[in-house]
Amino acid sequence: MTKSMGEKYDAIVVGAGHNGLVCSALLAKAGKRVLVLEANQQVGGAAITREFADGYLVSACAHLLYQLQPEVRKELKLATRLATEDMTTIALGEDGKHVRLKTDSVEGVSDEDAKQYRDFRKRMARFAKLLRKVFNKTPPRLGNQDFQDFLTYAQLGLDVRMLGKAEMEAFLRLIFMNIHDEVTERFEHPMLKGAISLDAVLGTHLGPRSPNTMMTYLYRLAGDQGRAGVPAGGMGSVSNELAQAARGAGVTIRTGMPVKRIIIENGRATGVETESGERFDSYKVISNADPKTTLMKLIGAKHAETGFARRVSHIRARGNAAKLHLALDGLPAIEGLSRKDFAERLVIAPDEHYVERAFNPAKYGESSPNPVIEITFPSFRDETLAPTGKHVMSAVVQYAPYGLKGGWNEEAKAAFMKAIIDTLAKYMPDIEQRITASELLTPADIENEFHITGGHWHHGELSLDQFLFVRPVNGAAQYQLPIDGVYLCGAGAHPGGGISGAAGRNAARAILRREKAA
Amino acid sequence: MTIVEGPVREAVPQGPLKTPFYPRVAKIDTVNQWHEWKGFSSPDALYCEDLEYFSIRNGTAVFDLSPMTKYRVTGPDAMDYLNRLVTRDMAKIKPGRVAYAVWCDDQGQVIDDGTIFHLREGEYRICCQERHFAWFQAATIGFDVDVVHETEDIAGLAVQGPTSYSVLKTMGVEGLEDLKPFGLIHVDFQGTEMMVSRTGFTADLGYELWIDPAKALDLWDALFEAGENFKIRAIGTHALELARIEAGYLAPYAEFLPVDETIRTGRSRSPLELGLEWLVDFKKPNFNGRRALAEEKRKGSTWRLVKLDIEGNKVADSSYIFSNSKAKGESIGFITSAAWSPVCKQNIALGTVRTPHGKPGDTVWVEIYYQREMHWNREMAKATVVDKPFWFPPRRGATPPGPY
Ligand SMILES: Cc1cc2nc3c(=O)[nH]c(=O)nc-3n(C[C@H](O)[C@H](O)[C@H](O)COP(=O)(O)OP(=O)(O)OC[C@H]3O[C@@H](n4cnc5c(N)ncnc54)[C@H](O)[C@@H]3O)c2cc1C
Repeated sequence: MTKSMGEKYDAIVVGAGHNGLVCSALLAKAGKRVLVLEANQQVGGAAITREFADGYLVSACAHLLYQLQPEVRKELKLATRLATEDMTTIALGEDGKHVRLKTDSVEGVSDEDAKQYRDFRKRMARFAKLLRKVFNKTPPRLGNQDFQDFLTYAQLGLDVRMLGKAEMEAFLRLIFMNIHDEVTERFEHPMLKGAISLDAVLGTHLGPRSPNTMMTYLYRLAGDQGRAGVPAGGMGSVSNELAQAARGAGVTIRTGMPVKRIIIENGRATGVETESGERFDSYKVISNADPKTTLMKLIGAKHAETGFARRVSHIRARGNAAKLHLALDGLPAIEGLSRKDFAERLVIAPDEHYVERAFNPAKYGESSPNPVIEITFPSFRDETLAPTGKHVMSAVVQYAPYGLKGGWNEEAKAAFMKAIIDTLAKYMPDIEQRITASELLTPADIENEFHITGGHWHHGELSLDQFLFVRPVNGAAQYQLPIDGVYLCGAGAHPGGGISGAAGRNAARAILRREKAA
Repeated sequence: MTIVEGPVREAVPQGPLKTPFYPRVAKIDTVNQWHEWKGFSSPDALYCEDLEYFSIRNGTAVFDLSPMTKYRVTGPDAMDYLNRLVTRDMAKIKPGRVAYAVWCDDQGQVIDDGTIFHLREGEYRICCQERHFAWFQAATIGFDVDVVHETEDIAGLAVQGPTSYSVLKTMGVEGLEDLKPFGLIHVDFQGTEMMVSRTGFTADLGYELWIDPAKALDLWDALFEAGENFKIRAIGTHALELARIEAGYLAPYAEFLPVDETIRTGRSRSPLELGLEWLVDFKKPNFNGRRALAEEKRKGSTWRLVKLDIEGNKVADSSYIFSNSKAKGESIGFITSAAWSPVCKQNIALGTVRTPHGKPGDTVWVEIYYQREMHWNREMAKATVVDKPFWFPPRRGATPPGPY
């Protein structure tokens, strides 16, 4: 038996991830009564700060802020304080000779490479700007399911509706290409090629030779050209700020309230039921959960039509990014780095082949023996995160396939942990002695703790067959499912994941627009 | 070189498969005219098409429909599953009843039509011409249901015609008196369960018999023995096709192309465009194609299926249909099936025309080409759109059926 909570909301948002918060805040600002129900005790989804060891705090999943859309910032009057900003990416060399990549310059490479890099980034900047425009729009509806039609439509429709023709053509050519071809054509220095390759594949089930990794690279730049920062207090600060904005606009947020199902009556959403058996009524249910969870678990595929249910069931969402958190009794020694460099973003991706080889085992359900790693020391500029004199290392490690052969048991985790530490030790010989506590989150852990199918960074692979008009699938790319009253507002929807707020904002706007039109 | 002995494999059959009735059908056959039907060989005719046809209308015709594609649907959600799959309301189809149904993709375009037998509480069989396992399997997502392909597990015979009731009674089938059209019963046949349904493709009095293939030949023999005095004859598909057109029933690849076989948009049809609106129950909150069909109903359909009564006696195969006798302007549609109906003494056809053309009672013109000693002639024949099947005798529905 479920008892109805009487109060009727204009909209219920399932999940208080950053996108759910953005969406609810914007709806509330437009005068809607909004209830947000979050399964976890904390708001923020994969954008939270939490204690992983006594006295050590860390951004549990997302740790770098580089995509938050200015529109979101402005409309919700966010004033996120950054502990570190405009970070340099330092590609680590075992011999202490590192390559430093800034937004439009690079050091530690030949003059020719440096010039190529400037050209490359200039060109990328132009396209990233286009992509950013697309980011903040609801994709047009697609006539039918044909992929060729998608391209035709993209060519014909997009350039008319959104962008100039010549730029669009170049852009469409580019997004199919792989990053490997681009970096090997342009650059000589292996570490430069490796670092750019890493940026293209972070968070995906793709290697540098996989198709459309130019697109995933551009995707990263579709914020402020990829300029990354670390929020003071960790990523949770952004979510807390968003929650505050939402509450300020009148949103009710309730945590520790996992939603068991979205209630469909007579073919339309009428509310939600929580695991605890409470029922909340609303004719609009907006899901911040990933599309697969939303349809298969919360709604029930039987409430959708077969073709749609089949498409959703086939969404590829195999997470590959693990998160490693280390409590350190001091900063490790890294040859060739000055102390202030610990504020920057360090990457281990010594060359483009290394990245591809790290990916290879993932295709067969094995973790990388030589993983690629993105490292930050957030405590270096933010002493609230660790006891005085101690430090936190926060690292994204690939590849750790969600569907590991044999599953992510303790043994498998220990083996992967050893591979990571061995890799780190090549650059930080004293790392092992410095560790006082650690936490390794595999995609399986991320799925469990954050309720994301496959533990996938984007709630669903970022590939052209799951992008734009067909993200997450054809028939749901306008933030609305083909079930009356159910909407999507999370990373699984256009444009995808990352702390951008774009999906949440676009969803709110689409919902309001549709309401006006009705 | 050493030869390693591998596991012994059964030989893969070459050429079309033989149905369980093949030995008997082949024995009767005198014209050796066969075609392939979903992997099985099936006769066009066995001795004389016309005589075979008349056995449908004047005696009892026996047609081997074993190649019909069959799926068994079971499990707690079987009814809900079917209800989402097809456009009509399956909750109304009680055990012991059969439903003619049509199923669509999400765009409301017809994939196929067929009959769904509610064999026993919660246990169903879908019977259709095409193969749909991938689609039916995809449709199970979210349902506690099992879908099993069982085409080869069941032998089927259509027993159609005015004396069919008498034949089956003579053979010892009990309970037929009360069996209404679209009803089914389970009876005993020589110690084996046999399902008898009052269904068929002929719009005449008739039954279909479904049995374990192991008993197929015994059934055939018993049937023909019982039918000896009732003009029983085996028939091929040509005779059946003529009866089908007289009944005004649809055939895939004639009146519609299964949507999964189309490439160009607009080449498929919706149930509304096939005169099947009575099969679409918008009161159901969800079924495949519901949204698209509701939209189509609001906006109006592009095509309409028409039954045509055509003047003259030239069969209007593949003809264009015009709104005027001069064939001026663009054609409004085309013929999908056509025949001279011996029993109606009418030149009949099914066709597809653009709306708003083709309302019952409308006059249209059919451009018929026919050949006489190599030379082609053209005739513009006047045709009337009719809304009833061409052949639909009272005996089809009489319960109990009359003994002929
Ligand atoms: C290891 C890793 C590292 C990453 N690093 C970065 C990075 O450095 N920078 C960056 O920009 N991005 C990064 N990302 C991506 C980023 O974290 C996500 O794309 C983003 O957080 C998605 O936000 P969201 O609001 O759409 O969904 P989520 O953050 O996943 O929020 C969804 C919320 O819905 C809740 N929920 C789900 N189901 C239910 C239910 N049934 N009832 C109630 N609540 C429910 C969940 O608990 C969750 O709180 C990383 C991702 C991973 C996995």
